[in-house]
Amino acid sequence: MVRWILAAAAALMLTTGLAAAQQGPLRIELDEGVIEPLPYALPSFVDEGAGSLASQITRVIADDLSGTGLFREIPEGAHIQRFGSFDTPVSYADWQAINAQALINGSVGMSGGKVVVKFRLHDVYGNTQLGDGQQLAASPQSWRRLAHKVADVIYARITGESGYFDSRVVYVSESGPKGQRQKRLAIMDYDGENVNYLTDSSTIVLAPRFSPQGDRILYTTFETGFPRIKMMSVGNAAGKLLPEVPGTMTFSPRFSPDGGSIVYSLEQNGNTDLYRMSVSGGSVERLTNSPAIETAPSYSPDGSQIVFESDRSGTQQIYVMSASGGEPVRISNGDGRYGTPVWSPRGDLIAFTKQSGGRFFIGVMRTDGSEERDLTASYLDEGPTWAPNGRVLMFTRESPGAAGAAKMYTVDITGRNLKAVAGVGGASDPTWGPLLP
Amino acid sequence: MHLATKAAFGLAMIALAACNNPSKNGANGVVDPGGAYGEAGGVSQGSINDPNSPAYFAGKVGDTVRFVINQSTLTDEARATLSGQAQWLNSHGNYAAIIEGHADEQGTREYNLALGARRASSVQQYLISQGVPATRLRTVSYGKERPIATCAAESCFEQNRRAVTVISVGAGS
Repeated sequence: MVRWILAAAAALMLTTGLAAAQQGPLRIELDEGVIEPLPYALPSFVDEGAGSLASQITRVIADDLSGTGLFREIPEGAHIQRFGSFDTPVSYADWQAINAQALINGSVGMSGGKVVVKFRLHDVYGNTQLGDGQQLAASPQSWRRLAHKVADVIYARITGESGYFDSRVVYVSESGPKGQRQKRLAIMDYDGENVNYLTDSSTIVLAPRFSPQGDRILYTTFETGFPRIKMMSVGNAAGKLLPEVPGTMTFSPRFSPDGGSIVYSLEQNGNTDLYRMSVSGGSVERLTNSPAIETAPSYSPDGSQIVFESDRSGTQQIYVMSASGGEPVRISNGDGRYGTPVWSPRGDLIAFTKQSGGRFFIGVMRTDGSEERDLTASYLDEGPTWAPNGRVLMFTRESPGAAGAAKMYTVDITGRNLKAVAGVGGASDPTWGPLLP
Repeated sequence: MHLATKAAFGLAMIALAACNNPSKNGANGVVDPGGAYGEAGGVSQGSINDPNSPAYFAGKVGDTVRFVINQSTLTDEARATLSGQAQWLNSHGNYAAIIEGHADEQGTREYNLALGARRASSVQQYLISQGVPATRLRTVSYGKERPIATCAAESCFEQNRRAVTVISVGAGS
């Protein structure tokens, strides 16, 4: 268990006579688009009995912050002040001298078998601590989560929005040649660490989807020989197949925001439509009824609407309808085919896959289809999923040809900071889970 | 909030390995309801020179038809092949068939699953129209999960946009 203790640390209000540099308050406005990352200093946390964990935790915090593209770390070699203990008074002038705008100092110790992290965030040019100091504790094997928690607090204090570092991603781990790809479900920390496999690779599995609470996973499996939707609890991979209508195929499931319903595609006699089922397995409700393909449904965060793709116009396009069905409204209007729409957790945007001119794009549009922006382009980009704060997308990028392989990438919603998720090998179909409690 | 849950994953995945129906496992451990990846469903393929063998059906009658990009309508060439398939199935009532629909990789995963199902259904409907009892035909879609050609060019994509009629044991006949 992580215990949050709002340490009543005495605010270190240094009433020095130094005039603040020509800087505003320590703040990143995400809506304005960040081009120049904010320089910060993160001296290695003071070891108070945790050994190498002190420096390891410090590095993970730095990787989280710098990995956003919003922050740039000033290397420790350039630091002037050294912290002998957590309570060493901050010499703001020393940090201003190296142009650090933010400073994080901390310590890592052990208490009652738990790792205890203490940290403070400082507004260097404001000559002041930003927010209270905090203390967190967790079991030693969860040290990475402690680091992610610290980074989430720092991110939130500087941007005013919640972070996304202490979160997990469920995805499909891939191996083997392209014509015989072996697939199995896996779960990882958002940064590709702590990979655990949830199924073996004896059958094709596709597109796992977290429940809103992150405690259950829906996915499509060929274990019966035919695509079927299965639900498992995280931590109990046995799972169960959802009720079947004989002779049909079911796939592309997604939970409702309250976790009580599943919207999915059901194919019968070659025609694919959207259905809704209660998680308890009771009622089934048909949501669309057209001879076209309707698939890839995703709920709005308030649960009132569903965005999905349909080729009823002749090509794949994105539509929005009431969560109870009814006449959908087409919202995609650019050149190309649009699919895999996913509603942002903030409610403001819909991310999608677009195909145009023989290439694939990940993009975002407003929920009425306006202000479409492409964020990525490649031979094959597909299947975006939102970070819990709605500021970053993760997706699958497959390289071309016989030697092609799938990898997961992230990009922020301004189209910056595109990079691969390192260290997980072949991987596809990520779904980003919620911020962990 | 439980930080200890991750310890449970390792145990849980071991329990899962036993879930698959071994009779549906094709070569390389891939579940394969048909025979495209090996002898599945316990069907002996026999000799390609034996007109009564599934191997003859696959190799001489022709088990595969191709489709135009994003389409599931049958070409004239496909109809000719399927007429041969129907004749063979009608004279070999001891066999059933699973029709596998496939798509090329120039499409999103879910859409391609649905598109593969459309293609498999087109084949199924045509075979039914040629007198093959519906009870002997099932369909499945693999979407873009099982390409037979893997280059990043139309010469490969056109081979992957296909439906394969796979002979299985004669349920329903």
